[in-house]
Amino acid sequence: MGNTLMISIQEADFDVGAQTKAFHSDAPKIGAICCFTGLVRDFGDRTDLLGLYLEHYPGMTEKALEKIIEEAKTKWPIYQVQIIHRVGNLDLGDQIVFVGVSSAHREAAFQACEFLMDYLKVDAPFWKKERTKSGDHWVEQKASDQKRASRW
Amino acid sequence: MIIKFFASLRERLECEEENWQDTEKITTVADVVTRLQQKGDAWAEVFSEGKILIAVNQEMASLKTPVKPSDEIAFFPPVTGG
Repeated sequence: MGNTLMISIQEADFDVGAQTKAFHSDAPKIGAICCFTGLVRDFGDRTDLLGLYLEHYPGMTEKALEKIIEEAKTKWPIYQVQIIHRVGNLDLGDQIVFVGVSSAHREAAFQACEFLMDYLKVDAPFWKKERTKSGDHWVEQKASDQKRASRW
Repeated sequence: MIIKFFASLRERLECEEENWQDTEKITTVADVVTRLQQKGDAWAEVFSEGKILIAVNQEMASLKTPVKPSDEIAFFPPVTGG
C-alpha cells in the first residue's frame, strides 16, 4: 500500500492548498485525503500570550516521525503521508503543524490522521515556549495528550 | 561521547552539549547521570527531579541503557509539540 512519505521540519510557513494538491497525483488510486492543520491559539497556560518559540532535536525528530508513520501503516491501508512541523518563533494565528494522509477510503485517512497527530504530540521531540508580555516560559506536557495517544 | 540537552534543561544547565573523551568507567546512562550530577548544584538539582526523558543515538532510552564512547546521549523534558 503506502509508498511515499514526506517529513519536513522548517521555519517557513506552508501552503495547505499546495500540500493537499500534491496528494492528487496519486489519483485515481486514492479516494480520500484527510488533512489536519494546527494553529498557534490564543489561550495557552497564560492569558497575555504573544506567540511561541518551538525547539526540536534535529535528526531524532525526523526518526520519531518516521516511526509513527510506520506504526500508522501497520494499522491502516494508507497511501501517502505528509507531515510538516514548524520551528522557531511563531505568532498567534500562525500555522504550526500539518498532517495529511491519503488512502483508498475515508475511514483509514480519518483515523490515521488523528493517530499521527496524537502520537506526534507525545513521541516527537519538539518543545514549546510561550512568549508572554511578562516573560517566557516552557509549556508543560498535558496529561490529556498522553491519554489521547494511549487510547489507540 | 556526546551529551546533548534540550529546551528547559538546556536553559537551566546553561549547557547545550558536552563532549567527553574519558568515558572508561561509563557503561550505562545511569553512569552518565552520576557524572553529570557531580558537575555542580544546578546539575545535581536538575537530575534529582523526575520528568527527564533520555535518548541514546536518537532512540528513546532509560537509565539502564548501555552506552559506548561513540554514542550520542540526550536529556530533555517531556515533549510538547503539535
